[in-house]
Amino acid sequence: MDLYEYQAKELFAKHGVPTGPQRVVGNPSDAVAAARILGLPVVIKAQVKVGGRGKAGGVKLARDTDEVNAASEAILGLDIKGHLVRKVMVTPASDIAQEYYLSFLLDRANRTYIALASASGGVDIEENPDSLVRIPVDPLVGVDQAKADEIVAAAGLPAAAAPVITQLWKVFTAEEATLVEVNPLIRDGQDAVVALDGKVTLDDNAAFRHAEHASFVDAAAEDPLEAAAKEKHLNYVKLAGEVGIIGNGAGLVMSTLDVVAYAGSRYGGVKPANFLDIGGGASADVMANGLGIILTDPDVRSVFVNVFGGITACDAVADGIVQALRFLGKVDKPIVVRLDGNNAELGRQILAEAALPGVTLVDTMDEAADQAAQLAGV
Amino acid sequence: MAIFINADSRVIVQGMTGSEGRKHTARMLAAGTNVVGGVTPGKGGQTIQIGQSDLPVYDSVAKAMADTGADVSVIFVPPKFAKGAVIEAVDAEIGLAVVITEGIPVHDAAYFWAHACSRGNRTRIIGPNCPGVISPGKANAGIIPADITTAGRIGLVSKSGTLTYQLMYELRDIGFSTAVGIGGDPVIGTTHIDCLQAFQDDPETDLIVMIGEIGGDAEERAAAFVAEHVTKPVVGYVAGFTAPEGKTMGHAGAIVSGSAGTAAAKKDALEAAGVRVGKTPSETAALARDLL
Repeated sequence: MDLYEYQAKELFAKHGVPTGPQRVVGNPSDAVAAARILGLPVVIKAQVKVGGRGKAGGVKLARDTDEVNAASEAILGLDIKGHLVRKVMVTPASDIAQEYYLSFLLDRANRTYIALASASGGVDIEENPDSLVRIPVDPLVGVDQAKADEIVAAAGLPAAAAPVITQLWKVFTAEEATLVEVNPLIRDGQDAVVALDGKVTLDDNAAFRHAEHASFVDAAAEDPLEAAAKEKHLNYVKLAGEVGIIGNGAGLVMSTLDVVAYAGSRYGGVKPANFLDIGGGASADVMANGLGIILTDPDVRSVFVNVFGGITACDAVADGIVQALRFLGKVDKPIVVRLDGNNAELGRQILAEAALPGVTLVDTMDEAADQAAQLAGV
Repeated sequence: MAIFINADSRVIVQGMTGSEGRKHTARMLAAGTNVVGGVTPGKGGQTIQIGQSDLPVYDSVAKAMADTGADVSVIFVPPKFAKGAVIEAVDAEIGLAVVITEGIPVHDAAYFWAHACSRGNRTRIIGPNCPGVISPGKANAGIIPADITTAGRIGLVSKSGTLTYQLMYELRDIGFSTAVGIGGDPVIGTTHIDCLQAFQDDPETDLIVMIGEIGGDAEERAAAFVAEHVTKPVVGYVAGFTAPEGKTMGHAGAIVSGSAGTAAAKKDALEAAGVRVGKTPSETAALARDLL
């Protein structure tokens, strides 16, 4: 889960990283009230889970309350790379002597952690990648005083950054993040080192150890179909397309999306409408829940159920389809089904006997994708 | 020969007394695997009947190895306890630990991998979040269905379980020396490269099928390895061309971050290394068929 800047900075503060005061508001009058409490001048910052806010007009300095009002009015409702701004942060303007960059992340290739640091941080860090130093961090040792000193020396950061670096490492490990990024980390006029920004990605697999992280979920910003799927513990991602997809196993479902997109190019650019993995050993109920979600998607014009039964039994999949369609009553979207593997014959037999209107059995994945795309074509 | 497991492998199951462990132990036995016991801390000394076999349960991997001569452990322990289970297997220096468990926190995986490295990598770790490894007709360590394919001369390595099954099924008439599901997590033990090297060295493997997906750069590095070190024909497939940026697609590691980890980049790298890449799983199977 990616966090908003204000949430990241809450975690920073919890682990002793200096961040400065902040208020998060959803309308200009609350922004003005917050600015009065915090003291002018302030910076108004869009809260969106995407980089490049500053260049998109999502960060503005405000010297008086009129400017606070105007800036927050301009930023709230802004669309930044497809992310709608619903909240802004109000924070006192800082006296910046120097900007740095620091992050901890997972190094997948080397199966370890890595620290990235630069003495020239700020909005242009991406144009300046050569200034970044990469320092591996051993998961068995972590970032102790010696490692923090090593990072400081290698990147040319001030000595005062070292304790902040060990505190940020505490955020990374204690909260089980896969990314902790601060840009800019600054030195102010008093030579104090402060995290002016924060980007944190938490490991969803570690959620069972962090019940308190549930409060970071922003239900208002979630796609309603994704939220409904999550409630039913389905692995679902909404996409912009017309063919609803259900399959088992992440790899096979990704592959199904691709095969449908290839087929769709023959029918006016039809695309997959979603990713939905019902997982290994799925029961009829899981299948029925999945089909229920997909059939409520107004963008869906046809559905492709693509199952290779390894652990999943194809008869359970067929039962789920029958169950869902009986429960939903009249379904006006055609459903193309391809079943192979474990109990495939039995599954096909169940569907043939149920003789559900609009449900077609097709032998191969490629043919089924073609048919589903054709049915969704205009 | 085959790679990693064969008819002589002696397999124990960590978490055998749980429902998943019990179910898949039965399937491994039915596939002819020599399962010799299980490990569940606190249940040592019991014997449980699975299928036609009475299997001893031990409190620790070390005790199970001492008693049974086991050299492979298949781990079905829930995410919360998986780190401890893998560390125990590594400390006992078992030859191969296959971690089936899905949903292990990545900090735990990074830790047990670092621990294994610090102990000199005496234990090969496959997974986590993988279907395991099968040498058809010889042994099956994990959850890959044994009846979808036959023994033969193709070696397969894949991040995805169901795509492994799909290709095994499409090429069942030719058959497989070994199929390895390396898992879809960001941190895994055995990599594409490890499997490519092992298949290259395996006299029973004539052709290698390599399946990748979005996220990370394992496929790009594997492509470079193929160009340098693999003389056997390699056929590839990559899933996730339609995946949007920033969304996790089922597997914890399957995510395109910015411009990194895209399927297109992986396909291009593989093709540049002389690997023929199929557009669909069935086209990939057809390419393999052509080359044999």
